[in-house]
Amino acid sequence: MNLRPDPTFHPTAKMAMQAPVETLAFTLLLSPDGSQPDGLAVIDVDPASKRYGKIVHSLFMPNRGDEFHHFGWNACSSALSPLTGHAFLERRYLIIPGIRSSRIYVIDVKEPLKAKIHRIIEPEELFAKTGYSRPHTIHCGPEGIYVSTLGGGGADGTDGPPGIFIMDCETFDILGRYEMDRGIQDKHYDFWWNLPRDYMVSSEWGLPPQFENGVVPEDLLSNKYGHTIHFWDLRARKCVQSIDLGANHQMALEIRPAHDPAKQYGFCGVVVDTTNLQGAIFTWWRKEDGSFEAKKVITIDPVPAEADDLPDLLKGFGAVPPLVTDIDLSLDDRFLYVACWGLGEMHQYDVSDPMNPKLAGKVEIGGIVRKAKHPNGKDFGYGPQMVEVSRDGKRVYWTNSLYSTWDDQFYPGDRGAAMVCAEVGPNGGLTLNDFWVDFPKGYRAHQIRLEGGDCSTDSFCYPNV
Amino acid sequence: MSTAALWGAVVVSGVYHGVNPGMGWPLAVSAALMEQRGAALARALALLAAGHFLAMGAILLPFSLMSTLVEWERALRLGAGLLVIAMGVYLLLNRRHPRILARIPPGRLVLWSFLAAMAHGAGLMLVPIYLGICGDPDAAHRAAGALMAGTLGAAVTVAAVHTAAMTLSGGALAVGMYLWLGMQFLRRSWFNLDVVWALSLILVGAIGAASAVWQGGA
Repeated sequence: MNLRPDPTFHPTAKMAMQAPVETLAFTLLLSPDGSQPDGLAVIDVDPASKRYGKIVHSLFMPNRGDEFHHFGWNACSSALSPLTGHAFLERRYLIIPGIRSSRIYVIDVKEPLKAKIHRIIEPEELFAKTGYSRPHTIHCGPEGIYVSTLGGGGADGTDGPPGIFIMDCETFDILGRYEMDRGIQDKHYDFWWNLPRDYMVSSEWGLPPQFENGVVPEDLLSNKYGHTIHFWDLRARKCVQSIDLGANHQMALEIRPAHDPAKQYGFCGVVVDTTNLQGAIFTWWRKEDGSFEAKKVITIDPVPAEADDLPDLLKGFGAVPPLVTDIDLSLDDRFLYVACWGLGEMHQYDVSDPMNPKLAGKVEIGGIVRKAKHPNGKDFGYGPQMVEVSRDGKRVYWTNSLYSTWDDQFYPGDRGAAMVCAEVGPNGGLTLNDFWVDFPKGYRAHQIRLEGGDCSTDSFCYPNV
Repeated sequence: MSTAALWGAVVVSGVYHGVNPGMGWPLAVSAALMEQRGAALARALALLAAGHFLAMGAILLPFSLMSTLVEWERALRLGAGLLVIAMGVYLLLNRRHPRILARIPPGRLVLWSFLAAMAHGAGLMLVPIYLGICGDPDAAHRAAGALMAGTLGAAVTVAAVHTAAMTLSGGALAVGMYLWLGMQFLRRSWFNLDVVWALSLILVGAIGAASAVWQGGA
């Protein structure tokens, strides 16, 4: 407990943008075949440092086969909520779930170069206390740490629907399930909220048998992955509305609300439209009467390709789908970054008008067919995937792995881990700089967290003025 | 302790509760910013004041009824003092924040303010002061006009004066931050008062208990 609020907590998104820039990044390392333990890499991202782009510390777990994916902080700017008064927590621990093992690690990064394991929550405890499995997204909120899961109970995670559970933000004890009335929600992926307006939005990927051993083409072509987003009364823990984006809009993944809580809209990325292989972004918004609506505002077309250049999974389609696998919104709510993992492109859209996004910048790197190299001449395996934006909005970092078994289907063979950085022009535009990380062999890189919080961790409780 | 000093303590405790962000003044700023109009600040302050007043009343009224049993007065003051000390010790040992507050929707400010005050023992802090005002024999003679309305009236007055002081001080911070100081002030002004708060309860309880013992011996 601090005597003053943690200096990395900010009342408004605007104030977070003015905070000192990040000097370290935390990136998850996963061993795709489980032959080595997964780990956390601490990477120097300070251009003035001699060790810029180097892994300055790595911590490997005592188990194998966890499959690290997403992770988050024990506390963020939401601790400054005037309602809940957790202002004296420290942003000190990274909560890292194993999406395959259902094991949860709490890592103490108070001294980032001496990051160490603080606590391990074994899968059995998670199963017993929640009936959920495969923990995924982490957000800190009013009742503690909220964690979404992708699986229910049972060996294959289909015994009951997946959902969100809550952990105590100080002891990290699992407190139990979040939902009191889940409505029709039966799949899960991401969630985020608007704290002062007291609503939450959640999304759907698919159930564990639909992703653990790779994408199931029959399920995808018969539109059996998730395509609905759910709106919740956050504190009543009740699903109040579900919007079906249309069954062809398969895999509604990342939920990115505007950071300024005075704005009542946000975005959701859809991996693939099964009618035309497009990727899509929907804008959702809250109306005067409190109900929600959603509309498709961005479509990204597939690119025709020779069957010989395509992996088995895509040979029949004669085209590379964009595969919108991650999106991220800058803290000023101006630029939305869209990772097109299949094409090998990172798009930057100006979303100042959320109903009329305009493409403002683009980087081509990697890709199923294009295989574009980094300007430094090195191969960038796979495509741009997990994207994270610096608080000041000037640097955009991304890695290249989606999920072990899916990587292997879309990009057969081992293509190596990569993490790059692009700089944002004053009025948009995106250019790769010379930041490059050499990762240990046999590992893939997944989500990135920036020291002091980033554009997909912190929830702000006061509007920009 | 003189009556004037006790009333002074009612006001001081009100100011103390008012400036504590945990009693809600940042909510008034947040309301004004979210609705983009100053009137929302005044409305939020009024709702917070109502909740706080009810919490004070809920604690003071049972004591006001008990304090009519004049022969038990000393035992009551001693017991109340010990109760307040116990609350302080509890808050000192259990530094967890009450999770119930996290379930209250942002729109329910009266309920939030009521429960926040109850959970932190804000009303208990007033009890020894209140019993001092009711029970001081000098006060009964000298300040007859104000205090003869009976212990019930005194409870309402203590709660009202305390809440007014709380609202004015918290309101001053909220207005100052909304109009001039900006959100930066929130981070600068928010101190962890948990320990100080718990110690305040112990101190007030100890003074109350000690004065009961001392008066009994005199």
